[in-house]
Amino acid sequence: MSRQQTQVLATWLISITAVVVILPIVLVVFYVVAKGIGTVNWQFLSQPPSNGMTEGGIFPALLGTVILTFGTAVAAIPLAVGAAIYLAEYAGDNRATRAIRLAIVNLAGIPSIVYGLFGLGMFVLFLNFGTSILAGALTLGLMTLPVVISTAEEAILAVPQEFRVVSLSLGASRWQTIRHQVLPHALPGIITGIILGLGRAAGETAPILFTVAAFYLPELPKSIFDQTMALPYHLYVISTQVPGMPLSIQYGTALVLLIIVLSFTLIATAIRTVMRRRREW
Amino acid sequence: MTAKLSIRDLSFTYDDGAQALQHINMEIFANELFVLFGPSRAGKTTLLRLINRLADLLNGVQRTGEILFNGQDVYNPNLDVTYLRRRIGMVFAVPTPLPGSIYANLAYGLEMAGIKDRRIIDERVERSLRQAALWDEVKDRLQDSAFALSGGQKQRMCLARSLVLEPDVILLDNPTSGLDPISTALVEESLFALKQQYTIIMVPHSVQQASRVADRAAFLLNGEVVEIGSQQRIFIHPRDKRTEDYVTGRFG
Repeated sequence: MSRQQTQVLATWLISITAVVVILPIVLVVFYVVAKGIGTVNWQFLSQPPSNGMTEGGIFPALLGTVILTFGTAVAAIPLAVGAAIYLAEYAGDNRATRAIRLAIVNLAGIPSIVYGLFGLGMFVLFLNFGTSILAGALTLGLMTLPVVISTAEEAILAVPQEFRVVSLSLGASRWQTIRHQVLPHALPGIITGIILGLGRAAGETAPILFTVAAFYLPELPKSIFDQTMALPYHLYVISTQVPGMPLSIQYGTALVLLIIVLSFTLIATAIRTVMRRRREW
Repeated sequence: MTAKLSIRDLSFTYDDGAQALQHINMEIFANELFVLFGPSRAGKTTLLRLINRLADLLNGVQRTGEILFNGQDVYNPNLDVTYLRRRIGMVFAVPTPLPGSIYANLAYGLEMAGIKDRRIIDERVERSLRQAALWDEVKDRLQDSAFALSGGQKQRMCLARSLVLEPDVILLDNPTSGLDPISTALVEESLFALKQQYTIIMVPHSVQQASRVADRAAFLLNGEVVEIGSQQRIFIHPRDKRTEDYVTGRFG
């Protein structure tokens, strides 16, 4: 085979791998949209399920997911951003810091079902929060920590070192320097990390399985100590646990979940693009 | 005459074990323009960054000896380092605007020092821009991005930004490195006016610049002081053979 032919072949093979990577996401989205679009309307989004969940909408599950995602944000963001600032700006290169970094990397690799079991043991039973929004949000928050910490730390480290040096040379304290010259410029990256982390949390089933998610509730939750329905678990339930469930409701629910999760990614990308374009340096 | 800065037996080693400064002794007096010159890796920048304690940012370094500023050791643990850096300003080799407007750059140091009165800030911004010979060029565009300025303007803005705090001493680390001859002349000219009010320690761009601007100068080589003296003494009648060889261009 001539060098020319090898070149053409290599280009083709590499292009094919790229297409193969894109294909599943396109197919999944296309399939779910095609099957589910007919079901999703205002009624479907705003009504509770009825007649043994075989009719009606998904409102309690949708609301539950919104609440859980918000709770995850409250639980995870301060801790994750604080940890990222510490690691990027304060921590020296010593054994303790290396241990923390190792822990974060490992945290990211733990299967989500293990988070669920940990949440059950720690929050539901030991801390006695019961099967509740609080326990679920804390479990999801814990699972979200590593991704937010890593992206936030990267964003902070990407701020040019000169800004810090100049700020300090002008008599700013260390915290003033971080507050005024580092965090504002790292913010787009930090926000991106937060949104991606929350997007993942919104779509997870295993961590909420034992900690908060209810099969069916006739009423909406009234406090953070109540259980709630949630979209991913609801989808699991109506797909596998309810006999005679119409396919249209299953696909409609899948479509709504998919839209929520994908919109997190899209929002993150949009924020990053806009803020990068506005950057001066 | 009392010294503004006294450096006593100062030695400094980087984390890789490279010794950057060895037993440095020098006195710098008020309102003089003191030049630190020598080939690269002589330790000039390191010495400047030890004076305002920016070298604190480095890990794993070792320092012995003292630097007295108005008689007080800058490494005294009770000394507020932000206060020290407001009293000892610095301009870097590469012009380094902070993101934001020209005005925001100038006002930053004052705001961080807790000054909130807009009139005081406005007045000081204008005065320091005039001192840095930049006011006429930017007075109508103070709200423009500092990144929109030319290289020479950026560097004069950086000078103004450190003057706005009304420091005692200004450290200039090769402030004309990237500048054209006209901008360089503008900066040098403003230095002559500035030393009426400030003490200036400068790492020059070249031996020629050192000889043009210095009142006194120290020749550094491989982390050691070879010779310290007046402009005449160092650039016209050096006593050490190495100083003579360097200022006459035999090495460097």
